[in-house]
Formats: sequence, C-alpha cells, structure tokens
Amino acid sequence: MSLRIKNLKTHYRISDGIVKAVDGVTLHIKEDEVFGLAGESGCGKSTLIRTIMRLIPRTAIVSADEMSFRGQDLLSLSDKEYRDQILWRKISLVPQSAMNSLNPVYRVGKQITEVIQTHTDMGKREAMELSEKLFKGVGLQPELTLNYPHEFSGGMRQRAMIAMSLALNPNLIVMDEPTTGLDVLVQERILRRLKEIRKEKKSATSIFLITHDISVIAEMSDRIGIMYAGRIMEQADAMEIFNKPYHPYTLGLKNAFPSIRSLGRELISIPGSPPNLIEDIPGCVFAFRCPFVIPECHEARPPDLEIKPNHLVACIRTDHVEEFRKLAGDKKTWQSSKSTN
Amino acid sequence: MKLETIKEFLLTQYRIIISNKFGIFGAVIILFFCLIGLLAPLIAPNQTWDTLRDASGKLALLRPPSWEFLMGTTAMGRDILSQMLYATRTTVLIGLVSGLISIFIGANMGLLSGYYGGKVDEILMRFTDIIYGLPFLPFLIVLIALFGRSLWFVIIAICCIVWRTSARVIRSQTLTIKQRQFTLAAKARGCSNLRIIYGHIMPNILPLLLLYTAFNIAWSVLAEAGASFLGFGDPNNLSWGGMLYNLWISGKIRTAWWWFAPPAICIVLLVSALVFVSRAYEEAANPRLKQR
Repeated sequence: MSLRIKNLKTHYRISDGIVKAVDGVTLHIKEDEVFGLAGESGCGKSTLIRTIMRLIPRTAIVSADEMSFRGQDLLSLSDKEYRDQILWRKISLVPQSAMNSLNPVYRVGKQITEVIQTHTDMGKREAMELSEKLFKGVGLQPELTLNYPHEFSGGMRQRAMIAMSLALNPNLIVMDEPTTGLDVLVQERILRRLKEIRKEKKSATSIFLITHDISVIAEMSDRIGIMYAGRIMEQADAMEIFNKPYHPYTLGLKNAFPSIRSLGRELISIPGSPPNLIEDIPGCVFAFRCPFVIPECHEARPPDLEIKPNHLVACIRTDHVEEFRKLAGDKKTWQSSKSTN
Repeated sequence: MKLETIKEFLLTQYRIIISNKFGIFGAVIILFFCLIGLLAPLIAPNQTWDTLRDASGKLALLRPPSWEFLMGTTAMGRDILSQMLYATRTTVLIGLVSGLISIFIGANMGLLSGYYGGKVDEILMRFTDIIYGLPFLPFLIVLIALFGRSLWFVIIAICCIVWRTSARVIRSQTLTIKQRQFTLAAKARGCSNLRIIYGHIMPNILPLLLLYTAFNIAWSVLAEAGASFLGFGDPNNLSWGGMLYNLWISGKIRTAWWWFAPPAICIVLLVSALVFVSRAYEEAANPRLKQR
C-alpha cells in the first residue's frame, strides 16, 4: 500500500464559522497504480493534496485517524522531518497550473538541479547531467535546460515540471490538474508520455491524479474516486465506475459528459449547486440535489459501504441502484429534483 | 561558476543602465565622483585646512579663481579645489555606506515581514511605523549631544531613518510575489523558508531593490548635506554640506560665488545622477514607463 488516508479532515476557521474543505476523506493508493480523483471546482481536491504535501496555511486545522506512506506514519513527522524524508524523495508534486510554477528568473535546468541538490548530496555537474537526462525522458531537448521559463511554451513547461517531479525517483507523484490549460493535442501527448515513463521505470511508481476533467481521468486511471463537497462519494476501479456506478452523484456526472458510444444523447446536468461548506450538514452532502433523496438521507452521514471488493459507495440507498440507473438517463428525474430542492 | 554569475549580473546592470540616455549620464557622473573620492589624497594639491599664501607671500584670503588658485580660496585662505576633492570623498562615502546599510535593513525588514506575515509582519511593520514618526534632524542632534560629532553618527542617524520607505515598498512587493505559484512550487520541492525568501523571492524583486538602493543613496547624500550645512557634520571630515556651512558662518555668501557654486552644483549633480540611474531601473522593473 502506497498512501493510506483515513478520515482526513482539513478545516479552515474564518470569521463566519468553520469551512470544512475536506471532511472525512478515506482513501488508499496502491503500489504502482494511478488513482484518479475527480470532482467539480471547489470540492476540496486541491486542499486534499495540499494537506498531504503540507502546503496549507498554518491556520488550517488538520486531523486524521491515519495517514501513512508505505507503512510510515506521516502524522507524527515534524515539518522538517517531513521535508527531509518524504517530500520529493518519496512524494513529489506536479502543481496546479504548472505553467506558472517555474521561477521566471532562473534557468529551467537550474531549478531542477536545485531540487536534486536540496535532497541529495549530488554534485553540480552530476545534477546537471541528471536534469538533462530527465528532460530527454519527457521528450524535451537537453539543451533546453539552459533556457528561461518564458522561452518555453505551456506544454514544454508542463513537461519540465513532470521532469522535475521525476527527479528523485519518487514512489508517488501527485499531479494536480496536470493538463489544465493545455490544448487537447499537447494534453494527449503528455499523457501518453507519462504512460510510457511509467512503463520504462523499474521501480513502482504510483500516481495520484487530480482533475475535473473526466476524460483525462478515464484515460489514465486504474482506480477512480469521485469527490463532492469535501467528501468522497464513490471509489472503484476505473471501468467499474463508468459501467456500474452506484452513487446518484456519479450517475449524474456520467450524464453530464458526452460519450462516444451514444452520440446524439442529450447531456443532462445536475441542477442546483454544491452546498456551502460552512454549514453543518449532518446527513449526505449530495442529498440537496439528489433526485432519489429520502428523509433518512438528511439524518446521518452515510458510511462508506463496500458494495464489492474495492468498490466503496457513500450512499444509503444502494439497494435501489437498478432503479436509479434506469431513471438517471431521463431528464425529468433531475428536473423534479430541482423543484423539491 | 560564481565569477560567471557576477559577470552576468553586472552585464544585466550595464544593459539596464545604457538602455536609458539619462541612465548613462547618471552612471558617468556617479563613476566620476567615485573616482575623485578614491583619488582625492593623490590629486589634491593641499590639505583642506592649509592656509595658502600667494607669490608675494601675502595670505590668500577670499581669492576668486585664478591660475594660482584654480578654484579660488576661502575666507580663511584655504584651497577650494582641495576642499572639493576631499569633500567629494566624504560625501560619496557617507552616501554609499548609509545608502547600502539602509537598503540592507529595509530589504530584510520588508522581505521577512511580507513573507512570514502574521505576528512577524505586525511587529516589524509597527516598528517601521514608529521609525516613520522619528524626525531626522532632532534625532541627529540628540545623537551628537550624547556621543559627540563624528562621521559615523551622521551615518548611523541616516541609516536609522532612510530604510523605512524601502521596507514598506519591498514588503508590498514580497506580498505579491509570495502569492505566485512558483513560491508554492518551491515549497513543495522542500525549499526552506529562508531559501524561498532569498533564493526565489528576492531575485524577482531585484530591479525594485536596486531602484531603492539608488534612492536611498540619493536621500543619504541630501540628508548629510542638510545636516552638515546646519553644523552637525564631522568637522574633521569636510563634506559638501560642511563647505556650505563654513561659507555661511563666514558671512561671505553674497560675494564668494566661487566658494558657493562648486559644492551646491555637485550636490545637485550627484543626487540627480542617482535619480536618473534609479529611473533606468524603474523602467526595467516596469517597462510600460518606457512607452511614454
């Protein structure tokens, strides 16, 4: 098991109350797998990974029952220990909008050697050679290490960031929206290159992929988690979640995306908007928009039910799923939910 | 590698300055004054306090410029040329030392305060506010009253005052750079706070930093001239302001134009040269100014 998180909560205290940006997330990422986390904007995806990487402001309140990486407890590590032992050596990050993540005043190669030299005692020349090799690995000419970030195109910067994340051969690479802002062709090329890199590598490398782009997730992931309002609604193997979703939110998401198999199908969006995360929601966070809601949904937080091995669903009405799947394809089902909202 | 970095840095500065006509003008004047300051003891014909006699052996009191006394003499029969050369040395020294010390204090105050925020910010910025309430001359007078007149107290007094503006400006710039994505990326890479501050944020505000270095030096020159003119300078190290003070107490300010003009013109020239250079840096930091 690579990364194991149990009941992770990240709350922000603001003047109006407590914002529950991440509210009890349980997930685990296995060795050598790509775990995709999908969710709409503002559902807490970025907060989740920033919590893992310890990049959140000190004002945030973090609590978890368990957070471990390859059996090593992460919660008991001090910031310095975390930085020295875990960060980049074991868990690296391709940050959101990687295009702006390079410092404009330094040559790109220097920024990669900086990472290498911060974490290892490699000499300058060796580090430079390694960064050139990494550049080759992501399909950039090694000479480009001498260029400045502004001389790079968006796709090149993205590749440079991926090269940087691979520098110390980490066990887990966290990718926060790695292809946002790139055109589809570049996106496709980068994703393909990523797959190749994973194949070339001898040691096990897991990827934690976070995006709101379902197609990227579908293409890359072995397993998928669907996040909504700070909680994970459903997680299962990639094929399973697209073919046999259980959670009404997943059903709704599926409707909102065009599928190549059923062209011409009308896209149905889920009416309403996510709940305000300041409010205390005792029950299911999706209940306000769910067309299949029953009064019990609002009463208690649904537990993560293990429907099948490796398939967790946070919904109390999974026994009616056949009926839901039938109804979910009908636009009227969702419209009626709006009127009751 | 270090030498290369320094060379590259100097080349960049050179390019910034020559991209602006006034910048070239300013840089030439500054270098000229620095050179005079360095060479003053070698080229000065007399000491500042030597009393001169003309060829006939008479005391050369208040002589206008002539072949014998190139820039004339003071009411005490002292050589104005030598005084100017030595005064340039003092003024440039005070300007550079207090300008550099004050930008060092101001930059660190601004960077730390802007980066850490919260309590650190609160303490450092309230301290800056207190310094803002400190008037320069009374502060200098108190220092002199306590410790006696010396070049170093003038420098200390200037340093204590001048850094405050640069601290505020650099803090605000740090705040914006801090929010940029690459700072977070640097943190994710495991860079320590100090590394982020001095390795990632500071290089990004370097043009602003150099701009304020030039400003601070100019302000220091002016402050020193003002203090010396009022008689708070170091009597053993004559400066331009000190020359004007001597002129003022001699009561010959209406007649001795050759005594009055050189220090006055030099003050204006050096300060405007510094402003021109800082202007060139301002354009580098904000290229939109260039289009006007």
